[in-house]
Amino acid sequence: MSARTRLHPPALAVALVALVALAFLLSLSIGPSAAGLGALFGQLTGGEADTAILIMREIRLPRALLALLIGAALGTSGAALQGFLRNPLAEPGVIGVSAFAALGAVIALYSGLSALVPIALPACAIGGALLAVLILQVLSGGASTLTLILAGVALSSLAGALTSLALNLSPNPFAVQEIVFWMLGSVTDRSMTHVFLAAPFILVGLALLLASARSLEALTLGEEAATTLGVDLARTRLLIVLGTALSVGAATAVSGVIGFIGLVVPHLLRPLVGHRPAALLPVSALGGALLLLAADIAVRLVTPGTELKLGVLTALVGAPFFLWLVVSSRSGRGA
Amino acid sequence: MRLEARAITVRAAGRAIVEEASLTLVPGEFVGLLGPNGAGKSTLLRALAGILPHEGEVLLGEEAARRLSSRQRARALAYLPQERLVEWDITVREVVALGRHPFQRRFAQLTPEDQAAIGAALEDVDAHHLATRPARVLSGGEKARVLLARALAVGAPLLLADEPMAGLDPFHQLHVMEILRARAHAGTGVLTVLHDMTLAARFLDRVVVMNCGHIVRSGPPAEVLDAALLEDVYAVTPLIGEHRGSRWLLPWSRTSRRPSQD
Repeated sequence: MSARTRLHPPALAVALVALVALAFLLSLSIGPSAAGLGALFGQLTGGEADTAILIMREIRLPRALLALLIGAALGTSGAALQGFLRNPLAEPGVIGVSAFAALGAVIALYSGLSALVPIALPACAIGGALLAVLILQVLSGGASTLTLILAGVALSSLAGALTSLALNLSPNPFAVQEIVFWMLGSVTDRSMTHVFLAAPFILVGLALLLASARSLEALTLGEEAATTLGVDLARTRLLIVLGTALSVGAATAVSGVIGFIGLVVPHLLRPLVGHRPAALLPVSALGGALLLLAADIAVRLVTPGTELKLGVLTALVGAPFFLWLVVSSRSGRGA
Repeated sequence: MRLEARAITVRAAGRAIVEEASLTLVPGEFVGLLGPNGAGKSTLLRALAGILPHEGEVLLGEEAARRLSSRQRARALAYLPQERLVEWDITVREVVALGRHPFQRRFAQLTPEDQAAIGAALEDVDAHHLATRPARVLSGGEKARVLLARALAVGAPLLLADEPMAGLDPFHQLHVMEILRARAHAGTGVLTVLHDMTLAARFLDRVVVMNCGHIVRSGPPAEVLDAALLEDVYAVTPLIGEHRGSRWLLPWSRTSRRPSQD
């Protein structure tokens, strides 16, 4: 089954790169204003299209760049966590990492720290994500799917409760509304400042995650066999923990919580790379970028008036998908 | 390359699971590690493989194992865990290819040398025809052979196997013993945990017997495996016979006392 559906890995990567490029261009050209690619080309050929350029550069470019980066971060961290925990249900959103990152970001926003020092926003979110991954590692050392999911539920609830507490105690209802909206998850109305704030952390995080690829491959045989194949488990764990915290933390800091990308993307791509955890990492980065760019285009097209939040859309599609995965893994092998 | 273990002690929760165990394994030798459940066989094997922290010294060739990098150690010593884990739906060939992990560079393709080792290992365990099948859907016997091929593909001068025959039917038990013996007699030092006395008596060059965390006997099976040992260590009375110059031992009844628990 896997052997038959498998594509030549470079062919899959090339196809995904092409699709990501296409989605990126579409993302630049779709929006409430008429500024489209045609106008852009008009400008290039000497026409009058200054406004179009301005809209694209100031409004749509940061939006597209963030969707690209955040999608890549979520897709890769999902694939890496699944490989490391050897569990197809592991995902930053499901296991509570995103919720803790959001809590960190809310603390930064709420305390006014991020207004004083902009870098505090990604830093606090990364700190939150790091805390969640570390707690999870302790709770689920060599754990079953059930333990992992339960730990994730507990972490998400805790982060949710603390976030609610912060909002509850807020003296300023407008700040509350702003934070609640932000938490729904979106890349709308972001500027290049947000891109510069998040991109370095996301890129470093992605590099760390990709560096774990070979070890994830050997972990297919379990921790003992992997150790005797020369895998340094402590180093691999460090790469995954830091890589996930940096990429998911920074992504959540600028976008709010966007769930299920890390669950859906690796699941769809896994058969196409012959189920190999190492090969899954780079294509999940591309797949995540593609899916989030596409979803962000969809929210603009489907409900142009009150734009659906990106995080709401991914949850609407992702949560039933997650449920279906749980059900099918139950009937499959008792996971 | 020879393996020498000096006074290995492994503790868990303050208790010594293995105490002051010393043994050597030389190239070309097929050695069995025997003993009742809880004697410390798997623990000793894991300590030798570098998975468990331990007191005492393990030498691989002339070098102390703890001074080798994890990669150097992985090239010197292959380990086959008892639990037959394959976590993703990768193919049999990809499982066996994981044995070449200690030799691969990051992002590098398999070299012709890797391919040769993988092909030879699949051939050795008679699993060439399974190469493109997903490893997780194999039968128990097939999976055991494929994971053995993974360990063989390392091509390490030392091979430690933890109960590779567990759960296999007689045909596959004999097959695995034949594969291990062939590998040993081709120059690899092979140490395997097993429970079957007759297989031990027929195939092994030497047996090492553990009880309650200690190595209690070591020597050729003909000298070590007898009724007295089985009664002492396993608390069973065996039937013993001979067939074409080989001895068979069949544990027949429990003796009145329980196996010694220190």
